[in-house]
Amino acid sequence: MERIPILKMNEFLLVSIQVDMHDRLAMTLQDDLTERIVRDHARGVLIDISSLEIVDSFIGRMIGNIAAMSRVLDAETVVVGMRPAVAITLVELGLSLPGVRTSLNVDKGMELLRSSMAAVGTGPDDDR
Amino acid sequence: MANHNSRLAHIVRTHEAGIVADWVKEQLVATKGTERLRDSEVRADCQRFLSLFSSALQSAGADDVMGPGWLGVREMLDELSRARARAGFTPAETATFVFSLKQPLFDRLRDDLASDGKRLADEVWYTTGLIDRLGLYTTEVYQKSREEVILRQQQDMLELSTPVVQLSEGILALPLIGTLDSARTQVVMENLLQRIVDTGAAIAIIDITGVPTVDTLVAQHLLKTVAAARLMGADCIISGIRPQIAQTIVHLGVELNTVVTKATLADAFTIALDRSGAMIVRRPKA
Repeated sequence: MERIPILKMNEFLLVSIQVDMHDRLAMTLQDDLTERIVRDHARGVLIDISSLEIVDSFIGRMIGNIAAMSRVLDAETVVVGMRPAVAITLVELGLSLPGVRTSLNVDKGMELLRSSMAAVGTGPDDDR
Repeated sequence: MANHNSRLAHIVRTHEAGIVADWVKEQLVATKGTERLRDSEVRADCQRFLSLFSSALQSAGADDVMGPGWLGVREMLDELSRARARAGFTPAETATFVFSLKQPLFDRLRDDLASDGKRLADEVWYTTGLIDRLGLYTTEVYQKSREEVILRQQQDMLELSTPVVQLSEGILALPLIGTLDSARTQVVMENLLQRIVDTGAAIAIIDITGVPTVDTLVAQHLLKTVAAARLMGADCIISGIRPQIAQTIVHLGVELNTVVTKATLADAFTIALDRSGAMIVRRPKA
């Protein structure tokens, strides 16, 4: 079955959505990601949606849910690279994703994650 | 019907020069005082129209003015009424071009069919119908070309009125001038978001100094723009809130708590610089 790959980068997980999301794919991602956060003790999750061109209310909510779940598992989540059209659609749908941190690109998202990790300052492998 | 056709067509063909002369006279009387048309232009237009009219009448008959037989006439009217719409003629003046053809045609019909009253009435009725259809067509085209002008101007205004300027590395400003409605908000939002992508800006300052009134709808539009920018990873600051606007916002109960607001663009810029880790220092005087 088609899956969205989840890459581990140090204490962060990187999810890059390169295909059009459909409902089943989003559900699978939700399962996989929560699983991986627990298994890898991830402290941060970066979701790159720069290739995502079409969203509907379900996918919009799933993005919000996935971010919320990661937060519950104590992993800071940043959604990066949202396209203008997608942002407008989500706002028009009334899904402004409160509580989800956002960033313009992966670089800036990483920076944001690192700085918030530094602010918390008590990562398990923070002694580098 | 065929009989009708041949009569009117015949009259137009045989008296073409005379009809043109009378017609030009009619028009110059009707549009007197406007002085926008030269005699020679009117004469050229009339001659061209009448020759097209005559050949269309002969080949296609008068029943189907929208048919292929009248294409030449319609094209000529298109051109004429577009040109006149652009030149600032009134609809009445434009339509007069066609309607003033009635008098010369009726005169010729009367002379030709003086003995046959019934036939004359039929011919007059028939000619009136034809000219009316052509006149209405002219007015329609006139209206359409005026609407095109208005539409184009609206679009120009939309584009002109929403510039997004870069103040510094990573800081954009969006000075809004004029009332915000849904259509404008859409354009503003799209422009801003696209510029955020292009420049990689992390902070956008929306300056509403030039927005005359802020009601709940405008506030909602602003908040939408802010929310969309946030989703893309850029923070927004709203600046240029005048005292009256601040009062209105509170009286209306609009929640702007989620957005950073500043009184002036300068204040907002200072905050933006601070957040992006830059600062402006005064150089000591030498």
